[in-house]
Amino acid sequence: MGPGGVDGRGAVSEPGGAAAARSELEDAARRAEARRGFLIALPAWFYLTLFFVIPLGIVAVYSFATRSSTGRTVLSDWNFDSYRRLWDSLVVEIALRTLLLALATTLICLMFAYPLAYYMATRRPALRNVLLILVMIPFWSNFLVRTYAWKVLLGSDGPVSQLSQALGGEPIRLLFTNTAVIIGLVYGFLPFMVLPLYTALERMDWSLVEAARDLYADGWTAFRKVTWPLSIPGVVAGSILVFIPTLGAYVTPAILGGAKTTLAGDYIVSQFLAARNQPFGSALSMGMMLIMLAATIVYFRWFRPSGRDL
Amino acid sequence: MAAAVALQGVSKAFGDVYAVRELDLAIRDGEFFSLLGPSGCGKTTTLRMIAGFEFPTEGSLQIHGVEMALQPPNERPVNTVFQSYALFPHMTVEENVGFGLRMKKVGGTEIAERVKRALDMVRLSHRATAAPKQLSGGQQQRVALARALVNEPEVLLLDEPLGALDLKLRQAMQTELKDLQARVGITFVYVTHDQGEALTMSDRIGVMHEGRLLQVGTPQEIYERPTSRFVAGFIGEINLLPATVIDHDSVRLAGGRLVAAATGVAPGSEVTVALRPERLELYGVNEVIPTNLNTVRGRVTRRVYFGDVFFYDIDTTDGVIEVKEENRPGVDLHEIGEEAVVAWDPAASTVVER
Repeated sequence: MGPGGVDGRGAVSEPGGAAAARSELEDAARRAEARRGFLIALPAWFYLTLFFVIPLGIVAVYSFATRSSTGRTVLSDWNFDSYRRLWDSLVVEIALRTLLLALATTLICLMFAYPLAYYMATRRPALRNVLLILVMIPFWSNFLVRTYAWKVLLGSDGPVSQLSQALGGEPIRLLFTNTAVIIGLVYGFLPFMVLPLYTALERMDWSLVEAARDLYADGWTAFRKVTWPLSIPGVVAGSILVFIPTLGAYVTPAILGGAKTTLAGDYIVSQFLAARNQPFGSALSMGMMLIMLAATIVYFRWFRPSGRDL
Repeated sequence: MAAAVALQGVSKAFGDVYAVRELDLAIRDGEFFSLLGPSGCGKTTTLRMIAGFEFPTEGSLQIHGVEMALQPPNERPVNTVFQSYALFPHMTVEENVGFGLRMKKVGGTEIAERVKRALDMVRLSHRATAAPKQLSGGQQQRVALARALVNEPEVLLLDEPLGALDLKLRQAMQTELKDLQARVGITFVYVTHDQGEALTMSDRIGVMHEGRLLQVGTPQEIYERPTSRFVAGFIGEINLLPATVIDHDSVRLAGGRLVAAATGVAPGSEVTVALRPERLELYGVNEVIPTNLNTVRGRVTRRVYFGDVFFYDIDTTDGVIEVKEENRPGVDLHEIGEEAVVAWDPAASTVVER
């Protein structure tokens, strides 16, 4: 049967009519497809709107509101005062410290995770799965509990300090320092760096590395020119997965950090709870989000000079 | 002059499985040499040992007289065209082709010149700045060739380079490769499981089976004088008839028929007589047959028309024999069910082990 038969006017019909009928059918199919897609996504849309878009809207609105002398948020008299306070030296210091700590955490995670992911990706398939499960084992217990465990380990009578003393050294108190916070953050976020790196390396076509070796590259050069650039998508994904949550980290610095190591997350919480200054807390949150957004954009741009798909 | 590639007593074991066993092979300078065999026969492992991706467990491997068995790939004067092409996806075509020269720290202007010449050679200058994935399979194949040849290697290694191409393109590339090899004069070592490819392109062929090199020879020698049952059966169509040796120039077929054939093994040995279908002739039962020919009588059970040829299956007491007859005027047709006589010149048969 020819395409003209579709319109039901008989076996022979004008080609133009047939084409029109076909494109109408195609349009209908496309619309049905879009409808199905919308229906499938509906629960997610609903959830995200209720618990993400609306709260975010409230935060955005609050950031322009005024705090009354009793700590209530007055929803009138809109102003930029809270945003102006973002340039206070204390806020800038906290922001810089947070950025620095997040960067350090990301870099340290990358340094630990890359060799591990490389090792995993180059094992036999059966062993790979075992290693993957091992990497995910920490997720089996609660993050908060694990952070408290670090508090014990890093305390002045913890094993690290005891070991140092047993070797005739000074007691070491890491707890409540930036080092403790970084240790805790690296520990907590390492799997988020390992997994995307592993995925990228596991998909690698190793004959490309052989080709590089064949074309006179030594092992290190082959890594630099082929393996590393081809694993960049994993590096970007892992870095973002570590960097962004670290910027907003609250639990780890609250437990392992001290008064001198207040980070942005801590500070925002204290504005909402202790200082009862919701507008300023909201402005801080909006500022953080802008920084995260900017960092993400810069990151993607920076690593995508050759127009590779990420 | 030393062989381009010389392997002596080379074995390669992965755990306790031998991929290659006691391989002795000398590949001559400037020749197009094919390693032919079914998958898992050890031909790719052999190539990878020449390239330096695998190291032999035993034996010596020399390239132009220099021991190379344990040298890393970047220190060998050979280049490889990979089965999957292995073009760097994050580099343009010209960056791919120039990679080896950059690694060898060749000067920038010389690199540009040589890359351009290499791309001209494979007719892809107009795609120099394209990404590999923007090219068709055949074009990617030619980039891979250019990327290897631009370094002017002493030996070019090709690992089933045409395997991923469709038939038409494959045939075109076969001719192109052969011409290219003649033009650049570089020794080619070509791995393939396609016997047609090996026969048409190679100066010499080495047939491998289960890790061993069974026979090395020109395509004609391999096709017409196989020294083993495996080589006889692997290359082309062939009839393999079980027989017993009577003396140095005759054997008795399983059905009891005595036929002439040069044997070279002790009387009483169980052997196989290998007969190419195109070397056989089919006669009617009443026709006069030259007396110097071997004959076996049987019944036509099948006839397949291929246009230029007919294939017949003749059921005889010595087994089913396939005969290929050209479709020419003057050649009689034989009908299914008819009695017929298969005849061949004794010189056309080869006796191999059982």
